[in-house]
Amino acid sequence: MAERKIRVLVAKPGLDGHDRGAKVVARALRDAGMEVIYTGLRQTPEMIAEAALQEDVDVVGLSILSGAHMALAPRILELLKGNGQEHVLVFLGGIIPDEDIPALKEMGVAGVYGPGASTEQIVADIRSAVPA
Amino acid sequence: MTLADAVLAGDRLSLARLLTRVENETPEGLAALDELFPHTGRAHLIGITGAPGTGKSSLVNQIAIHFRKLDKKVAIVAVDPSSPFTGGAVLGDRVRMRDLSGDKGVFIRSMASRGSLGGLATATAGVVQVFDAAGFEIVLIETVGAGQSEVDIARLAHTTLVVEAPGLGDEIQAIKAGILEIADILVINKADRPGVESTERALKTMLELAHPVQKIFQHHGTYMAVQASAEEMAGMWMPIIQRTVATEGKGLPELLGSIQSHGEYLRQSGNWQKRERARLEAEFDALVQNELVARFRAGLTEKRLDETVDSIQKRQLSPREAVNLLLNGVGK
Repeated sequence: MAERKIRVLVAKPGLDGHDRGAKVVARALRDAGMEVIYTGLRQTPEMIAEAALQEDVDVVGLSILSGAHMALAPRILELLKGNGQEHVLVFLGGIIPDEDIPALKEMGVAGVYGPGASTEQIVADIRSAVPA
Repeated sequence: MTLADAVLAGDRLSLARLLTRVENETPEGLAALDELFPHTGRAHLIGITGAPGTGKSSLVNQIAIHFRKLDKKVAIVAVDPSSPFTGGAVLGDRVRMRDLSGDKGVFIRSMASRGSLGGLATATAGVVQVFDAAGFEIVLIETVGAGQSEVDIARLAHTTLVVEAPGLGDEIQAIKAGILEIADILVINKADRPGVESTERALKTMLELAHPVQKIFQHHGTYMAVQASAEEMAGMWMPIIQRTVATEGKGLPELLGSIQSHGEYLRQSGNWQKRERARLEAEFDALVQNELVARFRAGLTEKRLDETVDSIQKRQLSPREAVNLLLNGVGK
């Protein structure tokens, strides 16, 4: 039996074109031994949910710098649930004001990482949250 | 209802989950493969290989779009390399396939090679079987960016496309053994770039050497050509060279035509069955080997293994003698 790998979808929903952060995180997760499916820029919530389904991922990592997180995150959570993937953990990175974090966590976002967050922390959080 | 039943009934989430189990070679995944096996053997398996950066993913995207116009269900298995150091991977082929999203007739699955060196992952054949059983009529298999010896795809696929791009090598590259030999169709992608003529010429020369339409020989110092005989030509597939510009969809209708005529050729010449038989035999063979090794290892204690390796290292036994001793009890 082959070793089970943690599979992570890294996606950028919405219209901002800055994917440096998403790429840094993708690389860090790769270096931590995870399999990262990178989907590129300007993904709609529907595209992200469909990719998460086809790839049977454990985690979806969203990078949002446009300020639209309060609209995009709930939509993606809802679509994942609609597809029967309520077990998928959603992590959020980018520019997220502190005051929005409690509401995002309330919706079901598993973690929020802003500028200065360490990739080690993200790796550690994913490892402890994904059932072995 | 088992996972396999749900897959046969067309449930996409079950399909995705089963693919993971097959990829991880869990007992449940392997049992499902057995259950699905009678439903396999219907899909046209098309391999796409070539050096990194030649445009394989963009081409796969376009091929899928064109098969969708014919109302065929299309599955895509895209393999990217795993890091040899950490075992992790970044699978980025979906970036070029965004045109396909939102179409329920397409299912894309990214796979990491997980240490396998032949251009595919060990479990790729199993994943392809699941798609075949699930009713996908076309399965496109994109290999890792391949150089000269990643030729596993030719054993798995019915039709193999080798993707080249202008400016990647000269005629010596083209006559070397390896990846070009496995092509049923040679695609020169990025054909709007300079150098396309010389790339095409080099590939043509290579093909003519490998598949002689004419035989050239020297007779009293002059070169003479004789047309190959009808028997020599019959039942032979002459690889097609096709120019494309995948990002603009140029040359794609022609490429699709070539893929379909290769499928026709395989069916009519009986080579479809021949290739399938060879593949099944190789698969069976590999399983026998794995199983025998596993049984042998199970009957061997750690201590006995250690002692044996010790005697090999002390040069008391050669490795071959040690194997004979353990398997048959004969030897020093």
